[in-house]
Amino acid sequence: MNSSIKALLGTAAVALVAVPASAATLDDVRDAGQLRCGVNTGLPGFASQNDQGEWQGLDVDYCKAIAAAIFEGDDSKVEYTPLSAVQRLPALQNSEIDVLARNTTWTMTRDTTLGLNFVGVNYYDGQGFMVREDLNVTSALQLSGATVCVQSGTTTELNLTDYFRANNMEYNPVVIESQSDVNAAYEQGRCDVLTTDASGLYATRLELANPDEHVILPEVISKEPLGPVVRQGDEQWFSIVKWVHFGLLNAEELGVTQDNVEEMMDSDNPSIRRLLGVDGTFGEDIGLENDWMVNVIEAVGNYGEIFERNVGPDTPLNIQRGMNALWTNGGLHYAPPIR
Amino acid sequence: MRDPKIRGLIIQIVLIIAILAFASWLINNTVRNLADANIAAGFGFLSSRAGFDIGQLPIEYSSNSSYGRALLVGFTNTVIVAAAGIMLATIVGFIIGISRLSHNYLVRGLSTIYVEVFRNVPPLLVILFWYFGVLSVLPGPREALELPFSSFLSNRGLQTPAAIFDPVAWLTLIAFVGGIAGSIWLARANKQRLLQTGELRPTLWPAIGMIVGLPLVVFVLSGFPVSFQVPEATRFNLVGGWRVEPEFLALFLALSFYTASFVAEIVRAGILSVSKGQTEAASALGLPRGKSLRLVIVPQAFRVIIPPLTSQYLNLTKNTSLGLAVGYPELVAIGNTVLNQTGQSVEVVAIWMVVYLGLSVSVAGFMNWFNARMALVER
Repeated sequence: MNSSIKALLGTAAVALVAVPASAATLDDVRDAGQLRCGVNTGLPGFASQNDQGEWQGLDVDYCKAIAAAIFEGDDSKVEYTPLSAVQRLPALQNSEIDVLARNTTWTMTRDTTLGLNFVGVNYYDGQGFMVREDLNVTSALQLSGATVCVQSGTTTELNLTDYFRANNMEYNPVVIESQSDVNAAYEQGRCDVLTTDASGLYATRLELANPDEHVILPEVISKEPLGPVVRQGDEQWFSIVKWVHFGLLNAEELGVTQDNVEEMMDSDNPSIRRLLGVDGTFGEDIGLENDWMVNVIEAVGNYGEIFERNVGPDTPLNIQRGMNALWTNGGLHYAPPIR
Repeated sequence: MRDPKIRGLIIQIVLIIAILAFASWLINNTVRNLADANIAAGFGFLSSRAGFDIGQLPIEYSSNSSYGRALLVGFTNTVIVAAAGIMLATIVGFIIGISRLSHNYLVRGLSTIYVEVFRNVPPLLVILFWYFGVLSVLPGPREALELPFSSFLSNRGLQTPAAIFDPVAWLTLIAFVGGIAGSIWLARANKQRLLQTGELRPTLWPAIGMIVGLPLVVFVLSGFPVSFQVPEATRFNLVGGWRVEPEFLALFLALSFYTASFVAEIVRAGILSVSKGQTEAASALGLPRGKSLRLVIVPQAFRVIIPPLTSQYLNLTKNTSLGLAVGYPELVAIGNTVLNQTGQSVEVVAIWMVVYLGLSVSVAGFMNWFNARMALVER
């Protein structure tokens, strides 16, 4: 946490003397030869390092996708900056990173007063509760009087307060800065309940000594639309990140995958031809190559493939598509068309 | 211009203007940069609704209170842990420091080990050790260790019965305050008598009688005006009574024991700085060892001890910000939450700096006053 204070003081210092970097983020990224992407310090399924020290996860794949779109398919040109909940937004405001893909909840305050823009929702989440099985709790409404561990500076902290207040329940908050310390405090019995986004609860449960001794309660108490964030004031960059996201969704909708993208370039379907840059100049219009989405899909696949690979039923997290399915399958993901 | 006084004055005025101009440029520039980046600026957010809860509340607060109120809660928690820590660090530090000069090998050796261990470990590790290493391995609330007087120790902290006072209990309080006042008066009267006539009258025992005995008699006579609320186990926690949270205990114990190791070294150095001749002179005058320590050695050692002791107190006060690591809701922890909910990083960092500066200057001011009082008065 010393480093986080340093980061904040750094933010303050830069705000005092330096003019924030201006427009042309795309040019800066090209000049630097790499995309600076802010990610979670370690959340399995979203952003974590494997045994070889390589970053992987749903948010990490978004960093790779953007890099692939810019650097003609080279998804290795990413510099990952792991950030705590408190550090993430100042780091972006401060131009220490070009894009933030760190399971960040889209709220009105963050979108309007902080000089930032959310580009879309890459994961629909909601806040849940985890308790020890031997407490015999089956509903969050039975939690009155409990001690609750929560990470500081998150929307989670606010939802928790609102939920207990709305249901006239008492609780005792234990608020700790780093999620790993929050998890440790829960595991050692400092609190009865651990609360964070449901996806985070599943990831955390995997890391506990005896995952079977913990249950996740059925209630989801909030809307947590998580998505990538960029700075305000650079419309071109905003468009690039936004349309890489929409492109990934459109690719899944049109059935374009990592394996068949080459064949699909010969497709007669005009939607696919536009997506892959065979027809039109959609890539050039946002400052990229026309085959930008071919590069992206060859690197990371479509949205569905990203989901399945990192958090889906075949991974240890075992999360169903649910709200995160395409609108055609009863989910919430709905991308504007490329035309 | 030739007059050095006027010249000095002009230079000082120019310097002050330059500093003020620099400060206003800095502030203007910040405001303009934030506006350019579409980031809201200003301290208006302090009066908006906070919307989050805090675990340890020395003053009234709810999620409907303002951000300013939340920061005030954090500030109060900082002051509480700093004040408690300074007291314990001083007591432990003095005991260890004097023990290091003991003639007893075992006492000397143990206190040396204490100093070397605590002085050479970063304070954050000491805090994490207490929090995750000591307090967390205590049993859960339903299997809490039962201590005397219906107190319970568990990984949720120390829970003691709460004393609930009847209205007549204020008589006891008056007796206590009266006892202190009487003791001060007695001590002054006795000292004056000693200086005038050389007669030494006992002060200690009558003072104890007045401060402890008098309230006790009043307490019994007014019919034990107090009842106790005993903690009881519920589904999740022990409820009722007074609770000391483990976050506070971890931070308080860690900072106290850490700082005590430095205080011990300062005390030892202070005592060693008094030349041996002073001890010999005292015994030549026929003063017993206890009195020579109290009247000759310690007052002189104090003049060496106080200035470095002040910096240790300041260090402890500033180190309370490490409470962030274990979730003790002090100023930095609460400020972090406020900062992240509102995004007003420049403002919150400015508040932190001003508050810690103010706190440190107050501690230093008090210690300087104390130092001036203890300083050698030459006649």
